[in-house]
Amino acid sequence: MAEVVAQMVGKVWKIVANEGDCVEEGDPIIIIESMKMEIPIEAEVSGKVTKIHVTFDQTVNEGDVVAEIDEGGC
Amino acid sequence: MFKKVLIANRGEIAVRIIRTLRKMNIKSVAVCSTADRDALHVKMADEHYCIGDPPPVSSYLNMQAIIKAAIDSGAEAVHPGYGFLAENPEFARKVQEAGLVFIGPDPFASETMGNKTRARKHVSEAGVPIVPGTEDIKSIHEAVEFAEKVGFPVIIKAASGGGGIGMKIVNRREDLESAIEEAQNRAKQAFGDATVYIEKYVSNPHHIEIQILADNYGNTIHIFERECSVQRRHQKVIEETPSPFIDINKVEEMGESAIRAARSVNYKNAGTIEFLVDDKKNHYFLEMNTRLQVEHPVTEMTTGIDLVEWQIRIAAGEKLNLSQPQIKREGHAIECRIYAEDPVRFYPSPGLIKKYSEPSGENIRVDSGVYEGFKVPMYYDPLLAKLIVWGKTRDEAIERMKYALDNFIIEGPKTNIPFLREMMEFPEFVEGRYDTHVIERFFQWKKSK
Repeated sequence: MAEVVAQMVGKVWKIVANEGDCVEEGDPIIIIESMKMEIPIEAEVSGKVTKIHVTFDQTVNEGDVVAEIDEGGC
Repeated sequence: MFKKVLIANRGEIAVRIIRTLRKMNIKSVAVCSTADRDALHVKMADEHYCIGDPPPVSSYLNMQAIIKAAIDSGAEAVHPGYGFLAENPEFARKVQEAGLVFIGPDPFASETMGNKTRARKHVSEAGVPIVPGTEDIKSIHEAVEFAEKVGFPVIIKAASGGGGIGMKIVNRREDLESAIEEAQNRAKQAFGDATVYIEKYVSNPHHIEIQILADNYGNTIHIFERECSVQRRHQKVIEETPSPFIDINKVEEMGESAIRAARSVNYKNAGTIEFLVDDKKNHYFLEMNTRLQVEHPVTEMTTGIDLVEWQIRIAAGEKLNLSQPQIKREGHAIECRIYAEDPVRFYPSPGLIKKYSEPSGENIRVDSGVYEGFKVPMYYDPLLAKLIVWGKTRDEAIERMKYALDNFIIEGPKTNIPFLREMMEFPEFVEGRYDTHVIERFFQWKKSK
């Protein structure tokens, strides 16, 4: 299981992937908004999204796990 | 003169406006969101009003709350700074309707200049050069005729387009017809409208702007240029004056165009006309910023003119007592914008400032909106401070900037200081032969090192 981690403080602006989706390495999972910019948090591995830990408009901090990906899931 | 002015802004620009208000013996009123209760501009103002929640729509864009604060405080005028409501004609109108003075142009000017196509048409009719372009293309013959007249490359754009979709650069005559067909198809798919038009493509352009001042009595002057070609994602990072790219004759020519553009909308107060300048030094109107510009300090450092003071004096009905021949400049000034962001990926980096120490010394100016112990909110622009230096020559200014950057300590949020410091060593910048693609080439240079 691989964790998708936020690299900065921000608010969840858009949740791009859904639980159960198959994603490729580099695909955006969540987009957060910080300081007037939209920043994608990308999958670091390919696999199946097993869990999304955040909801729209929620504040995330640097280091927060926002989603989980099962590398062998797809 | 006013006795009290409200500043409808935050951060470094609010602080900078308060500084001039204090010099002029005018009381300052700050507004803030709940995320900014401890912000520097709030501490510095004579009084403050908390006007709403952190998101800008609830606070710094909340016209009603801002105007109410102005009335409650007994302020006679509102300074909008830049960004937020500065170029919003509706806000200017509401301020005026409330019986207050808006420190900026009449709403008509910001309305006309706020719409790009309208602004282009308007200034073009006043004799200001714009990038040559066609109306909607009806035949290939028309397209060829235009391209041959202005010369290749040309760029095809979708009339209903935006965001770069459907744009196509064409370098050779033989590619024109197929490129138009392709652009039409793509425009049809993307926007449901196949109409395209053609513009001359300005490759490797410079972004150079002219500062103007205009009073209520028909006096309009320009205060030279600012070179703003160091940009990333269409946001300026380093600005300087004079521009290393153009000479004083060209500046005068652009100054005349700028004054023409300003007069075409009966402009009053301080404003900036942005131009694209191509490699053959032709200039084309890009847009007019109907407000104070972020990079205004480089103009102030080389001319000794306090632009904010003139904004206030003009708004109070004073006459410009500066005539064009009296405007002189000396030396060279450079501004670096200090952003709270990752220096490599340019991602924002808000948070607590654990350590903060500004450089000081002769001819070093810091316009800052933060201090040690302040928590930089994630809701607003990442600009923390502006570092401006002056030197007798450009080389001297660059050396001073290196010293100042080395002595600017910010810990907590990541900042772009390391990037700026390296730019001061990048040969293309040092030699003053850069254009708007300089940052891309900087990263290639860094990689190759």
